[in-house]
Amino acid sequence: MVDLLNDLLFDYTIRNVALGAAVLGVVGGVLGSFAILRRQGLFGDALAHATLPGVCVAFILSGAKSPAVLLSGAALSAGLGALLILTVVNRTRIKQDAALGIVLSVFFGAGTVLLTYIGRSGSGDQSGLDRFIFGQAATIVRDDVVTMGILAALALLVVALLFKEFKLLSFDPAFAASLGFPVARLNVLLTLLIVVAVIVGIQAVGVVLMAAMLIIPAAAARQWTDGLGAMVVISSLFGAFSGVSGALISATGANLPTGPLIVLCATALLVLSLFLGRSRGFLWGWIGSRQNRREALRSSDPSIPYGGGA
Amino acid sequence: MSADLIIVLTAVLVAVPCALLGTLLVLRQMAMMGDAISHAVLPGIVLAFFISESLGSLTSLIGAGIFGLLTAVLVETLRNTGRVKEDSSIGIVFTALFALGVFLVSKFARDVHLDLNHVLYGEIAFAPLNSLIVGGQDLGPRSLWTLGIVTALAVGMVLLLYKELKIATFDPGLAAAVGLSPVFVHYLLMGAVSVTTVGAFDSVGAILVVAFLIVPPATAYLLTERLWTMMSLAVLLGAGSACVGYYLAAVLDVAIAGMMAVVAGGFFVLALLISPSRGLVADLLRQHRNRRSFARDLLVSKLAGLGERANEEELVRHLSWESSDFSRVLRDAMHSGLVLRPATQEVALTDKGREAACNTAVTCV
Repeated sequence: MVDLLNDLLFDYTIRNVALGAAVLGVVGGVLGSFAILRRQGLFGDALAHATLPGVCVAFILSGAKSPAVLLSGAALSAGLGALLILTVVNRTRIKQDAALGIVLSVFFGAGTVLLTYIGRSGSGDQSGLDRFIFGQAATIVRDDVVTMGILAALALLVVALLFKEFKLLSFDPAFAASLGFPVARLNVLLTLLIVVAVIVGIQAVGVVLMAAMLIIPAAAARQWTDGLGAMVVISSLFGAFSGVSGALISATGANLPTGPLIVLCATALLVLSLFLGRSRGFLWGWIGSRQNRREALRSSDPSIPYGGGA
Repeated sequence: MSADLIIVLTAVLVAVPCALLGTLLVLRQMAMMGDAISHAVLPGIVLAFFISESLGSLTSLIGAGIFGLLTAVLVETLRNTGRVKEDSSIGIVFTALFALGVFLVSKFARDVHLDLNHVLYGEIAFAPLNSLIVGGQDLGPRSLWTLGIVTALAVGMVLLLYKELKIATFDPGLAAAVGLSPVFVHYLLMGAVSVTTVGAFDSVGAILVVAFLIVPPATAYLLTERLWTMMSLAVLLGAGSACVGYYLAAVLDVAIAGMMAVVAGGFFVLALLISPSRGLVADLLRQHRNRRSFARDLLVSKLAGLGERANEEELVRHLSWESSDFSRVLRDAMHSGLVLRPATQEVALTDKGREAACNTAVTCV
């Protein structure tokens, strides 16, 4: 344990990975809170998959594997995917679940097509691009952490500035519209912020597990509070905690992949929260019903006639 | 059989059951369950791999099937606690199971042939190479046998239970009232989706299963109002995507499964734009038409209120329109024979216009 803390503070790789995972946890936790309240939990899944063709096109056009270029491509195609989902949901009778599935599978399919094209055209190996699919936390370097930090800070700043608006949008969009808030534009903005969160995390945990970081910490935080402010704070703490502990556990042994461990840590937190969560936890429910039963049995003492007593 | 034919046939045999089951998923707003199940079977495949030491065997089919159903049960359980919303519970269960699967692969199966890429995208190009051999007899490509059985099961289920599935999908309350348990139908459908996913993952991968499950039915949903037509259209669109996708992939020498998903997406975009009843273009035209006829009606009824004949300036003031809008609508109304200009700067209703004003007015004398 002491060794681990020592590593966390002084080992270059572990420090970067843990820092990156913490940043991802915070930004995923904050935006995930809004996402799950707005029933957009699975947006993260679809948009993470939708980054792949953008990454490939950016690589084909620039011929370089510079993270900034690839991430811009990822952001563009995920943003396009997000707008497509919103358009389909708003303009047709196709519901959100199908719209998400369409964007997810078609964009990802296009990405795999482009990957084979890149592999065949011999413009360099595609191994650097693979890490966008499964994520490779171990390859995170200082520059990546800085990029992630800046993007996360921007996203958090927007959330802080528009907290009141986003809160209203999440709980009562009709009321927000009646007050004259630009609901449609706020909706697009909040969805695009999910894209930013995806971009922050995708290199660390990969396409599939990015979705988890937008749902699980927020769902766990929901078990502890009914206030949005508190939920956002708890969720970001849970996210950061899962990130750091996942990174540290994976540093303890060989063949321990960071991304899955981060998600499994978050899942463990969620299970704990479901049982212990303040007022909503199963445990308190069981204890409460046991007490009630005992009380009921005691008061239904057969020696006391029905309706009798005092 | 040529290799090309085997590959296309394999893809069509994935497309057909996916289209039938996907239609029900899309209508029941559970499309993402397909995505969830196709990812969550990973730990099942890995565990089966540890037991049987081979991929694509019967053990891995069973392992994956168990985890597919487990996913459906866990999602329902989590949702029924009332503490997590439905979409979140789907996201939680499948990402956690997928993480478990990746963890197991990395920790224990690093040295053996269990390729994550393979599970996610599959490699349909290998379909002709894996033969089913029973008692030393080569019975042809294994994928055709597996998927043929899956297709037969799905088609059989839909044909036999068409009425029940239809009622349970469109009116769960009625279904329950006539003794058809919605829970039973739900798990039947989830079981069928699991079997299809599992049968297909080895040859085409999770992503193409998701594409075939969701995209053709959603496309068909834009084109028809009837369940039977929607299913047939989805089957045709799925099979069409498979054939066109394979052809394009062969010509361009790129990923086959990915190309099929792209073609399915292309069909969707086409339907989205030009579907006669629900396409975006039809929508825009309809909006435009409505706006025009509404403006015309407004002009005519205002004119009727002003005594069927009025000075242009007076009319514009009453309508409070921009003068350019006014002259456009006036031109339109004159073109339709509703109003005429008896003198310059004067507008009057025609007989037809009077009738139209009568039709739009709340009270008409």
